[in-house]
Amino acid sequence: MTDQRTIRVLIAKPGLDGHDRGAKVIARALRDAGMEVIYTGLRQTPEMVAEAALQEDVDVVGLSILSGAHLALVPRIRQLMDENDLRDVPLLVGGIIPDEDVPALRAAGVSGVFGPGTSTEAIIEHIRQVVMNRGGREG
Amino acid sequence: MELVEPVLAGDRRALARLLTAVEGGAADLPQALAALYPHTGRAWVIGITGAPGTGKSSLVNALAKAFRERGRTIGIIAVDPTSPFSGGAILGDRIRMRDLAGDRGVFIRSMATRGSLGGLSRATRDAIRVLDAAGFEIIFVETVGSGQSEVDIVRTAQTTVVVEAPGLGDDVQAIKAGILEIADVLVVNKADRPGADHTVRALRAMLELGHPVSRGPLTAHHGRLMQAAPADDNDSQERLWLPPVIETVATESQGIDTLLQALEAHRQHLLQDGVQPSRERERIEIELLDRLQASLLARLLSRVPADVFATVIEQVQSRALDPQSAVATLLEAYDQVIKIHSERAAS
Ligand SMILES: Nc1nc2c(ncn2[C@@H]2O[C@H](COP(=O)(O)OP(=O)(O)O)[C@@H](O)[C@H]2O)c(=O)[nH]1
Ligand SMILES: [Mg+2]
Repeated sequence: MTDQRTIRVLIAKPGLDGHDRGAKVIARALRDAGMEVIYTGLRQTPEMVAEAALQEDVDVVGLSILSGAHLALVPRIRQLMDENDLRDVPLLVGGIIPDEDVPALRAAGVSGVFGPGTSTEAIIEHIRQVVMNRGGREG
Repeated sequence: MELVEPVLAGDRRALARLLTAVEGGAADLPQALAALYPHTGRAWVIGITGAPGTGKSSLVNALAKAFRERGRTIGIIAVDPTSPFSGGAILGDRIRMRDLAGDRGVFIRSMATRGSLGGLSRATRDAIRVLDAAGFEIIFVETVGSGQSEVDIVRTAQTTVVVEAPGLGDDVQAIKAGILEIADVLVVNKADRPGADHTVRALRAMLELGHPVSRGPLTAHHGRLMQAAPADDNDSQERLWLPPVIETVATESQGIDTLLQALEAHRQHLLQDGVQPSRERERIEIELLDRLQASLLARLLSRVPADVFATVIEQVQSRALDPQSAVATLLEAYDQVIKIHSERAAS
């Protein structure tokens, strides 16, 4: 790829909680940072998230989970993404995540965990970093 | 590009990555597209356009579902505008397309306009070809209706659907000029909302004004204008297509069967009435002119030294040169560079 790639991010809300204000704030912040954000709306199944990540060929997947079901949802999504040949696509999780659950999420292949107090700048920076580390992919 | 073979073989990951290459203009993209081209030309491309919020994505969702029930495979390209301030975009059309999740006969791709509108039409055309070569039988292209993108979609799609909704513009004056020229099928969505009848009447009034009466009377069929009236005494082989106006409630799949029949009727009109070949020829001509324009400009700009260009801009600003003479100056500068090149090559 010769050009400066536009970073594409999937922002998904898996699980049953019905609030997506936080996810929308993040989506807007990423857009304002020059990224293309594919926003899928509420109540996504792990299968839907993995499928959207594949079709949209995103550089990063960000999950917003407030329901407390992260330990069930995240490893499943990671597994489905891996099965979809998306092993190299980083997975981020934001929302209400107790500190003691962070190691388990990291062990499940999550590159970053962001609690309620995180600044959008920190998330933008993290995304730029993981995308850069992934390197220029062969076209 | 090593993606071509897997795309032809139905590999979805390769398909997604090739679409990324199409958007970003990868260096080896022209070869990949050339290799795919012989495998294209089979898909039926349906453009869906209209103001934001009229229900285009919801309609694509309902239509795709209905076509899937009839065994057709579906590709979807949903285009949303890039923010002119940041260059980023929020692409939210998938929100309304969740019924299509988990079906391998459907492939949805969101695209941002990314700067130039000319760029959009190139990337969209190429993305359509990629989905076509990958074997998708019907390809929906959803774009926000506004000036140039509307024209672009007609230049790309075989069947164009213009979506209106009550309350957004239900006066004849408010309905955007030019709709008649681009719509093959008109949809009044949100027919569950008050004012839908009024919008339908306004559109029909416009149709009656806009179409030559000598071509034959408008025929009402279940209250819709559907009939392709036969061409009369003139030598035209083309039969006249009168755009039907169809009411739908996309979120309830109401009116979708009727809409689907109208789309199929338009498809038949294209295929049986000998319209398709001449339309395709027109589309190819326009595309070649577009691409030629872009290539010639790029070539000229790469050959004319930047300082020459800058000087000409200054001259126009100081009123020493008018813009058309400035263009003549730049073309002369280009011819000069070419001449020097060819003389060097000859010696
Ligand atoms: N009442 C009603 N709402 C609809 C209908 N179709 C779509 N909507 C709603 O209108 C909003 C915009 O729909 P969307 O498909 O995203 O429109 P688009 O911007 O044209 O793609 C969403 O909240 C839909 O749920 C309809 O037929 N009736
Ligand atoms: Mg839409």
